[in-house]
Amino acid sequence: MLRRRVIPCLDVANGRVVKGTNFVDLVDEGDPPELAERYAREGADELVYLDISAAPEGRGTLLDIVERTARRAFVPLTVGGGVRSVDDMRDVLRAGADKVSLNTRAVADPDLVTRCAARFGSQAVVVAIDARRVPDGTPGLPSGFEVVVKGGREPVGLDAVAWAVRCVELGAGELLVTSIDRDGTKSGFDTVLLRAISSLVPVPVIASGGAAGPDDFVTAIREGGADAVLAASIFHRSEYTIAQVKAVMAAAGLPVRTLDQEASA
Amino acid sequence: MTEAVVVDYGAGNLVSIEQALVAAGASVRRVVTAAGIGEPDLLVVPGVGAAQPAMDRLREGGFVDPIRAWVAADRPFLGICLGLQLLYEGSDEDGATTLGILPGRTIRLEGAPTLPHIGWNQVERRYGHPVFEGVAPDADFYFVHSYVGAPAGPGADGVILAETEHGTRFVSAVARGRLLGVQFHPERSGANGLRLVANLVRLAGAA
Repeated sequence: MLRRRVIPCLDVANGRVVKGTNFVDLVDEGDPPELAERYAREGADELVYLDISAAPEGRGTLLDIVERTARRAFVPLTVGGGVRSVDDMRDVLRAGADKVSLNTRAVADPDLVTRCAARFGSQAVVVAIDARRVPDGTPGLPSGFEVVVKGGREPVGLDAVAWAVRCVELGAGELLVTSIDRDGTKSGFDTVLLRAISSLVPVPVIASGGAAGPDDFVTAIREGGADAVLAASIFHRSEYTIAQVKAVMAAAGLPVRTLDQEASA
Repeated sequence: MTEAVVVDYGAGNLVSIEQALVAAGASVRRVVTAAGIGEPDLLVVPGVGAAQPAMDRLREGGFVDPIRAWVAADRPFLGICLGLQLLYEGSDEDGATTLGILPGRTIRLEGAPTLPHIGWNQVERRYGHPVFEGVAPDADFYFVHSYVGAPAGPGADGVILAETEHGTRFVSAVARGRLLGVQFHPERSGANGLRLVANLVRLAGAA
């Protein structure tokens, strides 16, 4: 049976793992490949790098850390941020990533999703959707959720649930759904948002934004219909280990991959 | 030292499989044309993506006949994901005619609760095969695909090594002589995957 995935997300800027509030006051938290390898060893089912480098020169550095990561962490790696073309995606995959995640660029250029999927297959194309709640009855936003871009700062007047369905039609093989309202608040995932999307699309939905503890992972899957759950700060700050989260998921009856069946390499 | 050659036909991430082979103690060469294959101990065809563009690029590199001859001579071979699917006769994904080394076709994974099938899943072996030595019977491996090879016709049953459940049961590993094909990604399957690659490298080196 397919396991429910636990995915740590590492924000990367200029070759370092960073954490800050709304992308300001960035605090250096270490070398990405080193952290990635640690998470892989601790049972991460996949890893996500989100490149938030402001400067274009950060790109070469990102490719370097992707390659160094592929050399030591033998679990799947998704890279988000800064992919603007099929050639950008090719560079990231050739460096050792398995998937790319498109966000702002997919909204600006929806055909990019189709071009990337045609070249590398849908399974390699994740569309990241950042959404916020809007008042009921807001014109043009029937689901009550609006897409926001540029790190959650800019609303674009697009219905988030309709956009999710469209992304799959365009060729996305997976959706990473982040509640901007919940992100960084530790108030739990937005299961209404997750369920609205997961009930309409055949592709896996990754829940993001709001994890406070292991129970939230269970809720995102049970109530939100998520296939996988992504979190950053609760792992980076060592509030919980991946094993602790998975133990709670397993106790709740969810299928998870555990390390006790791992071979000694 | 066991030498592995990885066929580079533009189908995605090759770094991971190369590093897994290196971690298993093999020396690795990447080749873009068949002329570069030489006489390695193990030939690896990795890859993700669609069948027709992959076949086009295999043809451009002159790989089609050398791969057929390699397998016909029962030399150690590993096909991963698309590299396994291409061994069948054709693909329903885009109607491509593929290598025809294994009996059957690549079909869509119907009846799956989510598609693509992405994530870790159990690989249930039908019999003990040395490539899985030291790997627990319920071990998980990483999958990422929407299509899968379905052995059919004469000799089909004999090639099935393992099956996996995702709404429907499908063939997740095949073996025939020294040919091994896996739908999952051993290079992305943590310690279990590294163990499988290490077993394969050891068997290929001893061949």
